[in-house]
Amino acid sequence: MSGLDLAVPSFAAILYVGAFGLLVIGILGMVMSSHLFRMVLALAIAEAGANLLLVLTGWRGEAVAPILGVHDAGVPMVDPIPQVLVLTAIVIGVGVQALAVSVLLKIHRIYGTLDVRELRRHLELDICRDAGMAPEGSREAPAGERPLPPPIPARAAGTRVKQREGAA
Amino acid sequence: MRNVASLVFTAGLAFLLLVIAAQLGFGEPPMRIGGEILAQAPGEVGATNIVTAVLLGYRGIDTLGELSILFAAATATGLVLVRGRRDCAHHAEEPPGGFILRTGADLLFPLLLVVGFYVILHGHLTPGGGFQGGVILAAAFFVLVLARPGKDGSGGMSHTAIAVIEGLAGAGFIAIGLWSLIDGGHFLRPMLGQGVMGQLLSAGTLPLLSLAVGLKVGAELAGLMTQLAEQPATARDPHPQAEDQAP
Repeated sequence: MSGLDLAVPSFAAILYVGAFGLLVIGILGMVMSSHLFRMVLALAIAEAGANLLLVLTGWRGEAVAPILGVHDAGVPMVDPIPQVLVLTAIVIGVGVQALAVSVLLKIHRIYGTLDVRELRRHLELDICRDAGMAPEGSREAPAGERPLPPPIPARAAGTRVKQREGAA
Repeated sequence: MRNVASLVFTAGLAFLLLVIAAQLGFGEPPMRIGGEILAQAPGEVGATNIVTAVLLGYRGIDTLGELSILFAAATATGLVLVRGRRDCAHHAEEPPGGFILRTGADLLFPLLLVVGFYVILHGHLTPGGGFQGGVILAAAFFVLVLARPGKDGSGGMSHTAIAVIEGLAGAGFIAIGLWSLIDGGHFLRPMLGQGVMGQLLSAGTLPLLSLAVGLKVGAELAGLMTQLAEQPATARDPHPQAEDQAP
């Protein structure tokens, strides 16, 4: 099996680099953006890259589309399986994006923003309110009041000295 | 710092993918099943379009699974947005689209319907099939919704009718599969004989399955888009703290 030489700008290399580029741009957009709708758009771009990559795996040089009766019988055809997978993946992708957009609509209606940092602040406030905690408390602080106030070392030492004097 | 880490991660991922790609054979599909199907499908299924033969014949149960994923996505969208639909009974009536949009929608609607059904019914002969034709059908109805949103933004589309079409199409797909299971011993095996290859009534039950898939996909996507279009345009936030961030 001959490897693909990516250093030589051939047709195949351009196709593969394009598919990987779309995939990487989409993932980069998902990781770096702090706006939820831009994340959904980046997901759509990454999905296009993944679909293109899948179709490319069935590509064959000099081959035609897998439809009978258009070309002569001896002409080789491309692999139909990746095309079937991508065909359904595109339609499912639309459905999943619609689901994501509807969740975003709900978030925007409740919090009035789609920025991840502001949403995190709002969510922490809401969680603290529902848990009955002070919002500014650190994560290490226990919830609620302490059972006893902590002893003050100087006063404790002084009483112990007094007790020892009384015993003497 | 977070951006630098993201860039490093993505650059590493790209490098990894390119290294893998450099070792793959290009133009020689590593799977042998594609070649086998190309060799056997013309005699076994009788469909001119081998992609459809794989989609509805060899991998019909996968298609059923994919339809159920789409159904789950549409149902979840309905669940998430059902509150908004109740709220928007009060919101102001959406203005209809402009003259050009309305006239274009009237012209496009029958054409899109014809093209959609053509693509669905000739799925076993030419490029196309249930999924593609279903999307065209959904687009035909959505053009109408965009042009005339009506009182609640749904353009007069009834969710009950969409649900009935969707349910009947899904039940039809499963019923054809069960019929093959009882009659032929295999679920979703193509029935009714192959017919003459290249004619509209050929390839057994594949055109029926294609019609069921097309109606189901069309109804689901039309329902999804109508639900999104019914949402009130302005966001109301019950949280007073979020008011300063709201645009």
